[in-house]
Amino acid sequence: MSELAKYNEVAEEFATEELVLNMGPQHPSTHGVLRVVLKLDGEIVTDLDCDIGYLHRGVEKICEHRTYAMIAPYFDRTDYVAAVSNGLCYVETVEKAMGIEVPPRAQYLRVALTELSRISSHLLWLGTHAMDVGAMTIFLWAFREREEILKIFENFFGARLTCHAFRIGGMSYDAYEGFEQEVKQFCDRFPTRLAEMEQMLNSNRIWLSRTVGVGIISAEDAIDLGLTGACLRGSGIEWDIRKAHPYECYSELEFDIPYGENGDTYDRYLVRMEEMRQARRIVIQTIDKLPTGAVTAARVPKVLKPPAGDYYHSNESPKGELGIYLVSDGSTQPVRLRIRPPCFVNLQALKKMCVGRLYADVVAVIGTLDIVLGEVDR
Amino acid sequence: MDAPIINYIPILIMFGLALAVATGMVLSSSLFGQHVPSRQKLMPYECGKDPVGSARERFSVKFYMIALLFILFDIEAIFFVPWAVVFRKLSQDYSKLFVFGEMLIFIAILLVGYIYVWRKGILDWNK
Amino acid sequence: MLTTDILIEWLVKIGVVFFILMTAIAYVVLLERRLLGFIQMRLGPNRVGPFGLLQPLADGLKFLFKEDIVPLEADKALYVLAPMIALVPALMTISVIPFGDKIVILGREIALHITSVNVGLLVVFALTSLGVYGIALAGWSSNSKYSLMGGLRSSAQLISYELALSLSVVGVIIFSGSLDLVEVVKQQNSFWLGFIPKWNIFTQPIGFLIFLIAAIAETNRVPFDLPEAETELVAGFHTEYSSMKFAMFFIAEYANMVTASSMATLLFLGGWYGPFVDKFPLLGPIYFSLKILFFLFLYIWLRGTLPRFRYDQLMRFGWKFLIPVALANVVLVAGLALLIY
Repeated sequence: MSELAKYNEVAEEFATEELVLNMGPQHPSTHGVLRVVLKLDGEIVTDLDCDIGYLHRGVEKICEHRTYAMIAPYFDRTDYVAAVSNGLCYVETVEKAMGIEVPPRAQYLRVALTELSRISSHLLWLGTHAMDVGAMTIFLWAFREREEILKIFENFFGARLTCHAFRIGGMSYDAYEGFEQEVKQFCDRFPTRLAEMEQMLNSNRIWLSRTVGVGIISAEDAIDLGLTGACLRGSGIEWDIRKAHPYECYSELEFDIPYGENGDTYDRYLVRMEEMRQARRIVIQTIDKLPTGAVTAARVPKVLKPPAGDYYHSNESPKGELGIYLVSDGSTQPVRLRIRPPCFVNLQALKKMCVGRLYADVVAVIGTLDIVLGEVDR
Repeated sequence: MDAPIINYIPILIMFGLALAVATGMVLSSSLFGQHVPSRQKLMPYECGKDPVGSARERFSVKFYMIALLFILFDIEAIFFVPWAVVFRKLSQDYSKLFVFGEMLIFIAILLVGYIYVWRKGILDWNK
Repeated sequence: MLTTDILIEWLVKIGVVFFILMTAIAYVVLLERRLLGFIQMRLGPNRVGPFGLLQPLADGLKFLFKEDIVPLEADKALYVLAPMIALVPALMTISVIPFGDKIVILGREIALHITSVNVGLLVVFALTSLGVYGIALAGWSSNSKYSLMGGLRSSAQLISYELALSLSVVGVIIFSGSLDLVEVVKQQNSFWLGFIPKWNIFTQPIGFLIFLIAAIAETNRVPFDLPEAETELVAGFHTEYSSMKFAMFFIAEYANMVTASSMATLLFLGGWYGPFVDKFPLLGPIYFSLKILFFLFLYIWLRGTLPRFRYDQLMRFGWKFLIPVALANVVLVAGLALLIY
């Protein structure tokens, strides 16, 4: 036996064995019931595979057996962190199919509530992301702010999690008395509170070393994978449905789209933080400009029957582009309803971002992707 | 105190006490706690899935490297201690330069090994 | 000579100190929870007893009556032994820590330390480094991957930071010329220029910082809490432990915190010395406790503020930053000592 063969034999016998580790479904930082099967060499991830479906409820199939009005509440339960903006996307799709024009007051209220829900969703992301990286105080601070928004939602919708007030053709009811003051109060307080949280993180060297250069995704890769939302904008691409294809009254409002440069976790963090500020800006504008009048379109038929055909509508949910593809045969129930969940698509980037990095980065990257398993699994 | 060896006896008593407390704790929980074992409960935790493979596979060689380095450097670091204890006495009795220079030579030797390890990339964990 | 008198004195002192230590550990846990609550704008446990003061008792009882689970595939003997190995040395270290000078009770002079040995410092280091065996064995014996990773991480982390820790103390030994902790403190007694206390923190601030950082890493606390990093390793090395066995790791961690704080106090903050301590020696233990409390507060404050290091960053920081700086500090302090003496 040659020296080399001997060496190889010994090397094989004593080679490091890869550790196959189940991360999830019951894991503190997989944000629900995501299961990631990791192959580890020491602390380094050599391969990973996402296993989803633990929260699959067959929302799309259920929708095929419900009338159009009955479908709407199901969307509050896909991305339950941002129920408001998800509900909005569905009602808009049906309105688009049926050509219903929503009165301006309803449009402004819708935008105000959706942007509030964007802030609340981002706050939850900030809290859990910081918690994953180890800063537990931010988690509770973020939840304190989120609580303020949930109080407004509770007054408005009667629910804190599965908020549902949008009806095809407008709103179910008008804003309650004092809504505008409460929102304004929140908007007044919010910037200082946000600055406090930023102060804890932006100048913290450990936070920077845990996020800068971690989970990098290039602009090309981000487009190839179909990433949307902050995951796309963090890589430097200015793409926001609110600007690109304005829906509701967004074209009448002033706001900027923040975007990053490096496509790393820190840039996505900065983008989302700025998005919260911009969302607040939008909320203030909608409250200031809030028109009077009805909140339901005058001519909405009792029985909703969109004309036969295919319809696609998408809007900018807090997680990214939420799209709904609707096939109607002119009856009271859709033939097919397909949801394009931003979280599901964004999750594809996990492997690209994590392989070759350390185990702790997986946790940080899952946090930065901002996934909600209710939406991934539907 | 004149008889230093006697002074170790309290440490021994403390050891006995701590051991008694620790044993007591281990026993007490198995005595008072309820016991309703089930297969799932007695399985190692792996996030709700049945474990894939064993947890006692051979793990990365880097951990062994750190252990080796530790033994080397810790023994060298321990040599500082006797030197430090007699530092003031020696520097007054003999020459200051000798005591100081002696230590510098020792650190220089230590640094050679340290730089070698650094250059070899053993201290890099990303690779 | 070993007389009955001395033996009784020892036993009484051990009893009292041990009781105080256990109570202190219980209340440090409560203090941590209340302080964290304060930092995080919530209340913390305040229902059991006034201000939640009976909470430790309730926790203890709950631990006692919880199910004691031993995984089927665990190495039973090691699994049971591991928490004991972690706990016993952690509790033993207190026996060589002096917390005051001599006081006179009933005409009998009593030194305020359980015992004083001429290598007290080494005893403390020896005992604290034994704790790593408990953690490593816990990780290994559980036969769970998360435990194993926690165990591996902590062994690597603890031995890495032990180097910096022992190097940072060399400066103190140069000044004291003794390994006896009582001597180390007594050397810090007098003043410079009449008002600056001769504490080692003023002569070797770098050494103090290195000691502090390494001590926090040695006790597995934030930002070095990787062995039990909750969001990564679920619970790290004690994932499989429940009931009193889990509590033992918990107690060991807090006992180590108290030990590390007392060591920082003894080595760098002048131990029990403070104003009027010469006239009223009983003030000594009070000053000592206050200084320890300061460090414990620091521990909790850090936990409320900082995120966690990543593994490679932790190792890089330990090996490539702390150790060279600690070596430089040794040279610096030795040079300083030559100038002063």
